Amino acid sequence: MSVRHALLALLSEGPKYGLRLREEFEAGTGEVWPLNIGQVYTTLQRLERDGLIESDEDDEPDSPQKRFRITADGEQELRTWLRTPPDMSSPPRDELVIKVLVALRVPGTDVREVIQAHRRYLVELMQQWTRIKEAEADRDLALGLAVDAELFRLDAVVRWLDAADGRIKRTAVEPPGRRDDLPRLKRKAGMAP
Amino acid sequence: MSMLELSQVSKVYGQGAAEVHALREVSLAVDPGVMVAVMGPSGSGKSTLLTIAGSLEEASSGQVLVAGQDLAAMSRNDKARLRRRSIGYVFQDFNLLPGLTAAENVALPLELDGIGARKAQQAGLRALTDLGLADRASNYPDQLSGGERQRVAIARAVVGDRQLLLADEPSGALDSANGDAVMRVIRTACKRGVAAVVVTHDAQLASWADRVVFIRDGRIIDQTVPAPGPESLLGQDR
Repeated sequence: MSVRHALLALLSEGPKYGLRLREEFEAGTGEVWPLNIGQVYTTLQRLERDGLIESDEDDEPDSPQKRFRITADGEQELRTWLRTPPDMSSPPRDELVIKVLVALRVPGTDVREVIQAHRRYLVELMQQWTRIKEAEADRDLALGLAVDAELFRLDAVVRWLDAADGRIKRTAVEPPGRRDDLPRLKRKAGMAP
Repeated sequence: MSMLELSQVSKVYGQGAAEVHALREVSLAVDPGVMVAVMGPSGSGKSTLLTIAGSLEEASSGQVLVAGQDLAAMSRNDKARLRRRSIGYVFQDFNLLPGLTAAENVALPLELDGIGARKAQQAGLRALTDLGLADRASNYPDQLSGGERQRVAIARAVVGDRQLLLADEPSGALDSANGDAVMRVIRTACKRGVAAVVVTHDAQLASWADRVVFIRDGRIIDQTVPAPGPESLLGQDR
């Protein structure tokens, strides 16, 4: 998450001191993304330099007691950022996908066993997130949303592994592809170097 | 003592060329208070495992103990009694009777077992209350949402002294919020000492369990190891 826009969001509620901003940023993200205190103050300085926030002139620079408020430009920047979709057009370089594709080519490797090792790890992670959901997520909306996002993301990977498992099982009887299949596949999946 | 213990259980359907091995030497033990998820794709044998554990089907070989009792050594009547008194089933479709209230639906297995109506109603209400469903007791199934119906079905499955809950895709047709609510109810039942086996293909559902067992082609191929506490995730610096 962008510290810059998180701070703008917190200031959109009203003027705040630097120290309070740090505390609220940590609380507002359900403590899932801890933040270096230094990052808050340097980011505040940059936001002020860019005219997106302003502070009381008589305060010491860098003081945690310095009070900030958002400017009209800052509000516009925040509105634009909220509605700008992050770039998801090109697939991320996915190490897990690469491992499964490589496993297909390594002689003597049981790919489904490789898949299971990853599946188990992912489900174990999901169990931990679900414990957090069970214990706390209903009391804390931000944490609940963050935990849901993580669970759905991990679930999507497990589903891909399940699909891969099924696909490999169905094609097990067919002869292996040509040697040049792998780079071609990798290019297609956006994973070529 | 484990509430459920399967040792080297195999199940074969058909004969000769048409022989299908639904389960191959499956061993699984579930202690009281523990939820185990059996995760696998369709056709992996997970539903067969559940029906054999619940004495609805017999194993071709191997041993099944429910509360320490060997199913193979029991008469048909004894097994029927075990099913009525000790085992609760939950299926994807809730199977509540439309003409009965939630409390009456939950009390029904006890009444069928010969317990007086008043006593059965009290136990039914207690099961609903224990699972946080007291405010739904006098509603009829058509006045309940799908998620609420499934939670009532779970209360019915654990009413009285039932200590083994067997669930087949219990939140299969529900959205994720209702699916979570159903799994919370199963967790609550487990905290009260019930042993639960949930079979599913869904990782989000399975991740509610204390232990996830992976089944493929009738064999248990792997299981999760107990996880460290959630602090390990929250403390991660990203």
